[in-house]
Amino acid sequence: MKKVKFIAPVAVPTIGASGKTGNWRVMKPIIDYDKCIKCMQCWMYCPEGAITVENDMPKIDYVYCKGCGICANECPVKAIKMEKEV
Amino acid sequence: MVVKVLTGNHAAAYGAKLAKVNFISAYPITPQTSIIEKLAEFVDSGDLNAKFVRVESEHSAMAAVIGAAAVGARAFTATSAQGLFYMYEMIWWAAGARLPIVMGVVTRAIAPPWSIWTDHADFLALRDSGWILLFARDAQEVLDTVIQAYRIAEDEEVMLPVAVGWDAFIASHTAESVDIPSQEVIDEYLPAKKEFAHMLDVEHPFSLGNLAFPDNYMEFRWLIDKSMNAAREVILKADKEYGNIVGRSYGGLVEEYKCADADVVVFMMGAASGDGMDAVDELRDEGYNVGLCRIRAVRPFPIEEVRKISQRVKAGVVIDRDVSFGFGGILAGEIKAALYNTDKKPPIFNIIAGLGGRDIDVRIVKQAVINAYRFIEECKEPKELEWMGLRQEVLIL
Repeated sequence: MKKVKFIAPVAVPTIGASGKTGNWRVMKPIIDYDKCIKCMQCWMYCPEGAITVENDMPKIDYVYCKGCGICANECPVKAIKMEKEV
Repeated sequence: MVVKVLTGNHAAAYGAKLAKVNFISAYPITPQTSIIEKLAEFVDSGDLNAKFVRVESEHSAMAAVIGAAAVGARAFTATSAQGLFYMYEMIWWAAGARLPIVMGVVTRAIAPPWSIWTDHADFLALRDSGWILLFARDAQEVLDTVIQAYRIAEDEEVMLPVAVGWDAFIASHTAESVDIPSQEVIDEYLPAKKEFAHMLDVEHPFSLGNLAFPDNYMEFRWLIDKSMNAAREVILKADKEYGNIVGRSYGGLVEEYKCADADVVVFMMGAASGDGMDAVDELRDEGYNVGLCRIRAVRPFPIEEVRKISQRVKAGVVIDRDVSFGFGGILAGEIKAALYNTDKKPPIFNIIAGLGGRDIDVRIVKQAVINAYRFIEECKEPKELEWMGLRQEVLIL
């Protein structure tokens, strides 16, 4: 983005503006792609934008996923399970 | 140009229409309501191409106007007293986000006790918010100042919201003949709103008004102060060019009335200044060399103008239609502060009068001036603060 003089406080969205939040995680969501029906509810509900869509499938970015578990909770076919981080 | 008989509020609506506002959001409150009713009529009839958003509170009205201004709309709202305070958080937000909004503030006394009549305390509560504060005297000036306000607010050096104040009922509901400039003339004076760096744009998303840590916050406040100071020149120029193009101007940050050779100058703001000018005429007939300085801009404050006038006079009288409890009149405090670091400081007499819509008439102004003269002649101790027109008979002391 080109540099502009701003007189008001603005913030341009950037990936990882708050650092690599993935290491906050206690529980890790894991998608079972055999069960996944590609409804994209997890992608819609992820409050961190840490789920992207690749080849029509949801993909979790573990560098930033904080492990809140909302995706697992919202998944209508229980295709996401939460596993303890090691 | 057309001459119509308009109230101050309808004059404001005509001003906003001529400024081609394209976004209006407001919540009704006496004595402001007839502004937005008139604007709603304009939108309904198709005379004004604007979006009119009805909201459930003044807080939402200001929030809506902030959103609209942030995406580049020319936005207008109006309110009074309690409504102004209901939107108070958002008022500071508009200034901090540097959005050139214009708001009409029809001054109304603050409750309790409930009152719908004029008093400048609500308007002056905006003093430190980062809004430019202009105050009009009559319906004609309301129309002209609303238009000037967009020129000032949208100036690249300024980019701050502007509140235009005028007195409840005395200015807001009194019908006077008002010159309405033609659209072509105003289009020449006020170009369409330009884009600005922090204008929100869905194609290039960013958020506005974010968190600033202690290593950044102060600079944003300094920038507001810088722009507010720069606004002095812009206000003067906006008024002067309005004179050149439209044919009326008011003197910029202050309007001076017979100040040039005055021994005593009365400082006033708003509709009662008209009575003040009548008082000046009567006093001059009686042999007193008096002038009147009407404050048009409270922020930025006319520091230089007040200093220049004060250096020539033997005494100043400030009539405040407001009170800062335990201190005195707010305008008197500002004027005294402006003079403190100068060599020649005349004594300043502060009068509190006209609160809650009580009349400030010619007699009050004359009496205040004569008291000041008595001080000059008899070298008495100046009475710093005096409430005039108090009804002793209703006070149980």
